[in-house]
Amino acid sequence: MEFVGQLQRQFVQFSHSLFDEGFLDDQFQQLQKLQDESNPDFVLEVVSLFFEDSEKLLNNLSIALQQQIVDFKQVDSYVHQFKGSSSSIGAQRVKNMCVHLRSFCEEQNLEGSLMCFQQVKHEYYLVKNKLETLFRLERQIIEAGGTVPFIA
Amino acid sequence: MEQEFLHVLAVDDSFVDRKVIERLLKVSSCKVTTVESAGRALQFLGLDEEKSPVEFDELKVNLIITDYSMPEMTGYDLLKRIKGSKKLREIPVVIMSSEDIQPQVNRCLEEGAEEYLVKPVKLSDVLRLRDFILKEKAPPYPQREHTSGKRKSRDESPASDSTSSDHLRPLRKRRKMAHH
Repeated sequence: MEFVGQLQRQFVQFSHSLFDEGFLDDQFQQLQKLQDESNPDFVLEVVSLFFEDSEKLLNNLSIALQQQIVDFKQVDSYVHQFKGSSSSIGAQRVKNMCVHLRSFCEEQNLEGSLMCFQQVKHEYYLVKNKLETLFRLERQIIEAGGTVPFIA
Repeated sequence: MEQEFLHVLAVDDSFVDRKVIERLLKVSSCKVTTVESAGRALQFLGLDEEKSPVEFDELKVNLIITDYSMPEMTGYDLLKRIKGSKKLREIPVVIMSSEDIQPQVNRCLEEGAEEYLVKPVKLSDVLRLRDFILKEKAPPYPQREHTSGKRKSRDESPASDSTSSDHLRPLRKRRKMAHH
């Protein structure tokens, strides 16, 4: 069982780092509280939906920002949606970057928007990676016969 | 003894948020119907031109919780339609929004929203809402003719038949339940 213990410690450490480094906020923990034996994959399901949704939004944003004449209202609308969904899963850094992007949109600042959009994407792929790692660790613990520690 | 479950209609154009609100409501022992737009909500409630797929009597919606910003028709417009309908105006409506803008909050409360919740909505918000609705629950449609003081916080006269926009309800602080 030494191996399970190791995995569990890794999981706890990694989880803490995600919160400490601001990748995730309290909302993610709220989602974890909603998971139980009757709905053991709830967090995974919501996050998967978020990934799906985000790919579409990022694609739409990319296209919208590449137009000859950028429709900032449209861009802002997409960012608003992205801000909403990232907030709903607790992806704090993504959400905060979306707030910045909205400011640039309000100013109709194309250069600022383009730069900030890159940062939004960067934050998104970072947290996506982190979450995939987190889920992988959970799976490994379960496959090794252990239970996933609850992070208070 | 049969336990009464609240039937909640949740309206949100975001996939993620629909999933979350559905879970929050189920964890709070509510029956949930989720729809992706105000248009669909009106259809479900039997308020649009086309015939509702389900007879309204069977629906027994006890609470409508809706996102504010939605394309085509906002939660605010949906609120107005519901409060403007004799059939549905007694159903409490709660607005959810990521935007914490006081004039927007006031507008919703003035139009008859029970509460304005800032997203992300928490389990504690939903539990509190549920308890409040259970306490104040009127029998589902068909309704009594008058509001007859079941909501003590309201100042409207029991015989009032006006549409919601005709009078100002006492403004409650955002995020606070009406006083019991």
